[in-house]
Amino acid sequence: MYSTLQGACVDPALVAISAALVIGCAGIPGLFLRKPGLGQIFSTVATILAALAGLPSSLLLLFSHTTTTYSLDWGLPFGPCELVIDPLSAFFLLPVFLVSAAGSLFAVGYWPSAEHRTTERGLTFFYGLLSSSMAILLMARNGVFFLMVWEIMALSAYFLLVTEHEREDVRRAGTVYLIATHTGTAALFVYFSFLAAQTGSFMLPTAGSLSALSPVAAIIALAAFVGFGAKAGIMPLHIWLPSAHANAPSHVSAVMSGVMLKMGLYGIFRTLTFFHDPPLLWGAVLTVAGIVTALFGIAFAVAQRDLKRLLACSSIENIGIITTGLGVALLGVSSHTLPLVYLGLAGALLHILNHSLFKPLLFFGSGAIIHASGTREMNLMGGLAKGMPRVALFVLVGSVAICGIPPLNGFASEFLLYLGFFRQLTENSLSYLVLLAPLLALVGGLAVVAFSKLYSSVFLGTPRSPGAAHPHEAGLTMQLPLAVLALLCLLIGVVPQVALRLVYPAIASFYPGLASTEYPAEYGSILDKLSLVGVLLLTMAVVITLLWYWRLKKGRVTSAPTWGCGYQRGTARIQYGATAFSEIAVSVFSGIIRQKIRRPAMAGLFPGGSRCVDHPTETLLERIIAPLFTLAGISFAFLRRLQHGLMHVYMMYIFATLFILMLWAH
Amino acid sequence: MTNSTLINCCIHILLALFMPPLLLGVIGKTKAAFAGRVGAPFLQPYFDIIRLLQKGTVFSTTTSWVFRAGPIVALATAAVAALLIPFGAHPSPISFEGDMILYAYLFALGRFFTMAAALDTGSSFEGMGSAREATYSCLAEPTLFFALITLSRLSGSYSLNGMLSNVSSGAWLYAGASLLLLIGGMFIVLLAENCRIPFDDPNTHLELTMIHEVMVLDHSGPAFAIIQYAASLKLFVLGAFFVQLALPFATGHPYLDWGVFIATMLLLAIVIGIVESVMARLRLVRVPQLLVAATILAAFSTLLVIR
Repeated sequence: MYSTLQGACVDPALVAISAALVIGCAGIPGLFLRKPGLGQIFSTVATILAALAGLPSSLLLLFSHTTTTYSLDWGLPFGPCELVIDPLSAFFLLPVFLVSAAGSLFAVGYWPSAEHRTTERGLTFFYGLLSSSMAILLMARNGVFFLMVWEIMALSAYFLLVTEHEREDVRRAGTVYLIATHTGTAALFVYFSFLAAQTGSFMLPTAGSLSALSPVAAIIALAAFVGFGAKAGIMPLHIWLPSAHANAPSHVSAVMSGVMLKMGLYGIFRTLTFFHDPPLLWGAVLTVAGIVTALFGIAFAVAQRDLKRLLACSSIENIGIITTGLGVALLGVSSHTLPLVYLGLAGALLHILNHSLFKPLLFFGSGAIIHASGTREMNLMGGLAKGMPRVALFVLVGSVAICGIPPLNGFASEFLLYLGFFRQLTENSLSYLVLLAPLLALVGGLAVVAFSKLYSSVFLGTPRSPGAAHPHEAGLTMQLPLAVLALLCLLIGVVPQVALRLVYPAIASFYPGLASTEYPAEYGSILDKLSLVGVLLLTMAVVITLLWYWRLKKGRVTSAPTWGCGYQRGTARIQYGATAFSEIAVSVFSGIIRQKIRRPAMAGLFPGGSRCVDHPTETLLERIIAPLFTLAGISFAFLRRLQHGLMHVYMMYIFATLFILMLWAH
Repeated sequence: MTNSTLINCCIHILLALFMPPLLLGVIGKTKAAFAGRVGAPFLQPYFDIIRLLQKGTVFSTTTSWVFRAGPIVALATAAVAALLIPFGAHPSPISFEGDMILYAYLFALGRFFTMAAALDTGSSFEGMGSAREATYSCLAEPTLFFALITLSRLSGSYSLNGMLSNVSSGAWLYAGASLLLLIGGMFIVLLAENCRIPFDDPNTHLELTMIHEVMVLDHSGPAFAIIQYAASLKLFVLGAFFVQLALPFATGHPYLDWGVFIATMLLLAIVIGIVESVMARLRLVRVPQLLVAATILAAFSTLLVIR
């Protein structure tokens, strides 16, 4: 179908594609404008307008249950370059447009051109490129084109990440990210080559067209798991994630965590649609990888003391929860258990949507916090709620939502997953899946530890350092994205049945066998009741508040310092800090979480001043991967001679490689 | 809605409103009897709450609005949970598929805000209390889910009503071992979640060793009344779950069943009182071990029915 003007109504797919292109080009004028700030404002306005056009058109595409195809003749020998939007793509487009617009607005206050003249231009440009490439990626159906867009996405994320490249840890995080993402891309080369060998063209196969039983199918699935899993951050391919998300500017972290990780998941979703009758093993691998990722991710998050690193680790956890949902859905497909397919997919997709609301919310919040306190170290913060009450409220909404606690949106998606696990008890097969429920409950419990640690050490109590003592409320451009996302979290939490309708077309396009079932109505009515209880809870809280305040008015209200249990000379330093709060949890889960603590040694009768330093370790990266890379570096040292910085010799390498390959092909 | 369900619904709400503090009174009286004292009257907790409601309030200068939200959310979540749980043989007013998951998560919401309110005061004692609460309840969570799985498997139902009404003498006959293990695990969780001995001593004089009581040190007047009441309601709601599991008596007569429920709840309070009288508080390092043991007990019971 080509662009057709149907009356006054433009084809929504064309609008979505144009919106993606506009977002991609939004940063270009800023590169040439002399006056600082103008380019940033232009890019923000353009991005927001494009997203305002792209969001409704994605929704239209989602609910129309149709697939729209645009074909581009690009003259390259890899077949036509097709842009296709089906409900699955349209569903993933929603967070891309929403978060990139929100982040772009946030950047105006967070990374103002006036203060960051040298970096703002590049940041705005690559930010647009990243957002746009993610949108195009969801539409790409030619394997080679997909890889090109994938690389644009990966590289623009790298340039965004190293914005503050004068700092050593940022450069290190960038390098780790670059290596990890290219390891993933190498797997994707394998993936697309085998896929092309299987189908005879570089076009992605249509749904259900491949058999899952051949050995080639197993290689394709494995390559997809490694390639896309590395992008999504499934363990053990997550090593790049914590430092990358912690060191990028906050609105970039929001897009990377809230949206870019989902591109990896989209790849896995898309790959799974190619095959019919997948073996049980695939679902089992995804399920186990998912729940392990969730458990370890949140355990790492509990130990962190860097605000953004904690959020990054919790992204790993959420990716794990989503993968678990997808895994059980796949097990349902293999065993022909339709409720499991429906609930697994609904839970996974709804959690994708939810995570792309509350994670950017929290990352934006962290940006505002860092702005106000000048540090990422939670042990140095405290009492920020007094200076920035609105940000404190929004971050509270995000923290409660991400723990999966009712009545906010995180609970709705986890609720569907729980229902799926419990449902297996009355099915005759796979009843062991129900054992995932206590594990997910443990993940939820640890999430409460991690996020009450985050929230309380940042916003509550008294300031623990002079930097945090005089916080200022974030500007309006920073508050607005926070408010919108917090409102959406509350909305989906209170009326999850509406969100379920949003997810349904994507489910139907992933597994057409569900199209004629009554599950959407059945579970919709359960969520109706859930939403009633949510409203009841909120009403009850309001009633209790009113009664209490009525009582307070009658009595005498005074204020006094906090009760110090008889000790009157307490300072802010003796408060329970972030590390102290999680210390018990870390010691209980010491099998999973490693924390290096240098305790002060007591010597003599009157020990002097001393320091206690803790440092959460990244077991996998520091113990296994880094030594392996060191080993590889030593054993391949002789290859360093090829790398001498002479550009013309490098070009000759490329020419020679191409020539040899052509000879070989003949 | 028929007339009798309406009456039962009213009785349910009235019981949830007015009975919880009585459990604390019975526990106190039992402990007094063991110590050879006369003890405070059964209605002492009611007098305490009424007296607190009439007092003035002191707010710490350190606190923000989060501090005030703590008691409110704690009470609201316990109250909603009370509407989800069946009391004895009578079904709960609100019931739907999956309500047991909501039941479990409501406590997490209450806990989040109680801990936040405690940390809002900036007191290191209250920080200690909330750090302990966070970790211990995180360890108690899987036990509750194992219990829910076992009950769900035995009854084939996915709501608290169906699960708990099925536990009868019949279930004890063919899954007795599993239910016995479950009761062991759930009793430990009941004590831990409500901060009773051996996990926490509500009457100790040393703030350094407390969990729940130390988190609410700075609440005073009506706010403290709300917290006391919410704590007793939580004990009542979790107790109702446990009682229906351990003592599933049903006579078939609606009014007699209410009497049976009240009697079994009072019996539970006496048992808790006895446990508190004969045991000492555990050392804090032992607490996680006991909680993990409870989880394993419950996991055993699940394995027995799932195989």
